[in-house]
Amino acid sequence: MTAFPELSIAAAGKGLEAGDFTAEELTRACIEALESGRDLNAFITETPDIALDRAKASDARRADGRAAGPMDGIPIAIKDLFCTEGVLTTAGSHILDGFTPAYESTVSANLKDSGAVMLGKTNLDEFAMGSANVTSYYGPVKNPWKGPGGKDLVPGGSSGGSAAAVAGGLCPGAIGTDTGGSIRQPASFCGIVGMKPTYGRCSRWGIVAFASSLDQAGPLTRTVEDAAIMLGAMAGHDAKDSTSAPIDVADFSAGLGEGVKGMKVGIPKEYTLDGMPAEVEALWRQGMDWLKGQGAECIDVSLPHTKYALPAYYIVAPAEASSNLARYDGVRYGLRVEGSTLDDMYEATRGEGFGDEVRRRVLIGTYVLSAGYYDAYYRQAQKVRTLIARDFTEAFEQVDVLLTPTAPSAAFAIGEKMDDPVAMYLNDVFTVPASMAGLPAISVPAGLDGDGLPLGLHLIAKPFDEVTLFRAASALEQAAGFDAKPGARPSTPQGGAS
Amino acid sequence: MTYLISGESGDWEVVIGLEIHAQIVSEAKLFSGAATAFGAAPNTQVSLVDAAMPGMLPVINEHCVAQAVKTGLGLKAKINLHSVFERKNYFYADLPQGYQISQYAEPIVGEGTVILDMPDGETREIGIERLHMEQDAGKSLHDQDPKRSFIDLNRSGIALMEIVSKPDLRTPEEAGIYLRKIRTILRYLHTCDGNMEEGSMRADVNVSVRHPGEDLRTRTEIKNVNSVRFVMQAIEYEAERQVEAYESGEDVVQETRQFDSTKGETRPMRAKEFAHDYRYFPDPDLLPLVLSQDLVDHIATLIPEMPDEIKQRFMADFGLSANDSGVLVADMDTADYFEEVANGRDPKQAVNWVTGNLFGALKKAGLPIAESPVPPESLGELLDLVEDGTISGRMAKEVFEEMMATGKDAADIVEEQGLEQITDGAEIEAFVDRVIAENQDQAADVRNGKEKTIGWFVGQVMQATGGKANPKMVNELLRKKLSG
Amino acid sequence: MSLDKDTIRKIAFLARIRVPEDALDGLAGELSNIIGWVEQLNEVDTEGVEPMTSVADMDWPRRDDEITDGGRAQDILANATDPEPAPGGEDGNGGGFFTVPKVVE
Ligand SMILES: [Mg+2]
Ligand SMILES: [Zn+2]
Repeated sequence: MTAFPELSIAAAGKGLEAGDFTAEELTRACIEALESGRDLNAFITETPDIALDRAKASDARRADGRAAGPMDGIPIAIKDLFCTEGVLTTAGSHILDGFTPAYESTVSANLKDSGAVMLGKTNLDEFAMGSANVTSYYGPVKNPWKGPGGKDLVPGGSSGGSAAAVAGGLCPGAIGTDTGGSIRQPASFCGIVGMKPTYGRCSRWGIVAFASSLDQAGPLTRTVEDAAIMLGAMAGHDAKDSTSAPIDVADFSAGLGEGVKGMKVGIPKEYTLDGMPAEVEALWRQGMDWLKGQGAECIDVSLPHTKYALPAYYIVAPAEASSNLARYDGVRYGLRVEGSTLDDMYEATRGEGFGDEVRRRVLIGTYVLSAGYYDAYYRQAQKVRTLIARDFTEAFEQVDVLLTPTAPSAAFAIGEKMDDPVAMYLNDVFTVPASMAGLPAISVPAGLDGDGLPLGLHLIAKPFDEVTLFRAASALEQAAGFDAKPGARPSTPQGGAS
Repeated sequence: MTYLISGESGDWEVVIGLEIHAQIVSEAKLFSGAATAFGAAPNTQVSLVDAAMPGMLPVINEHCVAQAVKTGLGLKAKINLHSVFERKNYFYADLPQGYQISQYAEPIVGEGTVILDMPDGETREIGIERLHMEQDAGKSLHDQDPKRSFIDLNRSGIALMEIVSKPDLRTPEEAGIYLRKIRTILRYLHTCDGNMEEGSMRADVNVSVRHPGEDLRTRTEIKNVNSVRFVMQAIEYEAERQVEAYESGEDVVQETRQFDSTKGETRPMRAKEFAHDYRYFPDPDLLPLVLSQDLVDHIATLIPEMPDEIKQRFMADFGLSANDSGVLVADMDTADYFEEVANGRDPKQAVNWVTGNLFGALKKAGLPIAESPVPPESLGELLDLVEDGTISGRMAKEVFEEMMATGKDAADIVEEQGLEQITDGAEIEAFVDRVIAENQDQAADVRNGKEKTIGWFVGQVMQATGGKANPKMVNELLRKKLSG
Repeated sequence: MSLDKDTIRKIAFLARIRVPEDALDGLAGELSNIIGWVEQLNEVDTEGVEPMTSVADMDWPRRDDEITDGGRAQDILANATDPEPAPGGEDGNGGGFFTVPKVVE
């Protein structure tokens, strides 16, 4: 039998329902896996006591015939960007030292209500700003996959801890947030499924804000089906978030296994980049063939403003972040570095509390909004964003989904691309356009590169058409048959996880 | 009315614009469900949103939007069906988010007009530039601790309207009348209680001076002035200061200043003086505020009769002077009170009683007219008793005082104390005869032509009747009997 | 556009982030690089294009004017950073203050 923590959510759910094992057994196995997987640095805070309490409560519900649904009793990890009541919440930043919220984010509360069991809070790039999970105050996360010669690789970011935890077999699912690719890119780097729903599908209430017009919560899982199940428990209208869509939660699993016969799949020509690794391009072509093989029609489409999505993103996101992060001022929570005057305290606290990447982005954001520059940068970027969204709207008049690579490369070594921010930003070149337009998108593990490292394929759908997105993704998943696993977990002794 | 400051280089004119911050009357805050009541213990009326906890999001209070629209309509201003909340970014101790949610490029209300009733009975039109909605900040207490300031966020997030005038005001007095008029309008609309002591209303005052006919010169902004009198004092001081600066060859610098009410001076603010750059941008947590014309039309039906209209009506219906009418409509409760007293009675008597005896008595008792111990129907009945001769005008004043003190009806007091006028000629004649008989010497004086002594006799008779005799009848009888 | 040290100093103060003097040069280089890169947006013809304010295409959500929150000073003050709470701050729901270094107005 598969080791407990390596079961899919769907399989674990069936096992719980059949009484093959209890939520408590499943949870204990995950807790042990967490302990033995600590070298990945995937968690900032483990919450074994909370997990066991909730697992026992789940078992009690099930014994009473009151199991809440497919997530009841399933252990999951939560990105440490979601505020969790009574549990340290750090956003990966020094500036939130010791912050323990008196409230629970809507998404994590929805999961809790669905019976999911919180194992702990996963590591992330500081304030979700990064594509490699190297900017966390709590240290870098290691990808469970190893590079040539056993080299430590980045898991991608910013939801790197969540991706590593799922890929490393510590838990069957995790939640992350995606602002410009922060779920999909680490999913691709770690060989798992990562899904960002339509902007407005999941409530942002209680998620530490990075860029408000872009942030969305989503699941990281091992299968497309699991992603659909988990999203079902996360999503829903929330009156506390003015940008939450007043739309009922769909049955996201409705199209799974129905195939893509007759589906029109757009292939945006602008996603062919100069210098794109041949393996990435080859996998993309393979993806088209897989879908065609199942009866889909691939159609070339044009998204002419694609090239400008990334620079526009790097104006809009830092601008919003510069304002969103103004509340970290050393007064009401987190780090306080004393100063002789008010400004002195602000500057000292924020100077010490923010890491290099956050500082860089806050300063960029401050600059592009400042007097005399607003029109040239921020306003122009928001106009370009309108054009990007319009490109998608037009493309979706012809096609049902779009197929692209998820990331321009496989995972790279920890320490690479550190001294050139722009090179690091290019990791998100394929994921950012959908973020800018608020569209649902998913990364499905599809193949391995020459070094045996996973690569993902990326599907984008129309707003609120997650059902079609999952349907296409499951077809891709089936065709790819990706079953590679990260090599043996490194040196630390194995616990009794199997 | 001209207000010119003379200097070596000629006369100087003062140019004034007011930005009034008015707290919207609402139960809950603009973007959270915390209460707005005044005077609660520190940080007890604060939601997670108001304290800018991580991940908290604003959701707009619909009633506050309706209140802003209502105010816009009351200011005869353009309602913008599409408006946008933006973030005004700056760091300050009382601003937990590090930004204030406000409206900037696209406010909810555009240009409008306010009519001022000047003391000479004339009117002046003052332009409104805009009205926008925004959040209030918290409160800092600086005098509780030697090294620290204390922060109370109870006010944080309370809904404000900022009403910006055009630079149309020219004298401190006009500015005071303008501020009072805005307060009157807001109170009629029930959109702001206008209570300046509790901070529900305060003004930023923009002042510059120029030689008449010149372009506008540099202005200074005096922040957060919290009474009408202080606004007038601040302008007076600031205008003089600027004139002196120019006259001595200096320049006026654009800056924010504060008014020290104990010294009657303005001085530059020490804090917040570093170059402002608010980095406004549309708040991505909120959608554009799109209103339907239907909603605006519906709100228009909720607008009561406004003071300018009532003033005109009082002048037309009751024949009041512009001045009397203006005084009465300055407060909605007063206008209502007056109207109830005046209806079907002599309006001039009603004005005199309301603005004279009643105002005086209320002032002494420290009561607003809405809490007057003498309700308008009782005052009306008192006037009726005078009119039908039941009591004399002089007696009425005493009855009124008794009414103020006890809350009793006029008729009851008159009856209990037997204060009805004696109008029976025979009864009065008996008193007159007795007084003449007892004062033969003085009667002789009158007969010898000493007219003045008649007055003395009237007094004697009135005294003898306990003040109840009809003085006119007493007078007539005395003349008849003494002239013979 | 390249950003010089003075500009970095100015925006760092606007953002209230202390940047050590010896880090200014490095930051100026990095930020100039990023700004130089995003300036390719100037190539895009955006004549007559409305800037996006939200991707959410819906009516503005609203709240009723009801008191649904507050009265939780304990929660509000629970994470306050001053090691020495202000008077009244200890008992939580009776109220209490946050503190900052003394502000001279
Ligand atoms: Mg102002
Ligand atoms: Zn204001």
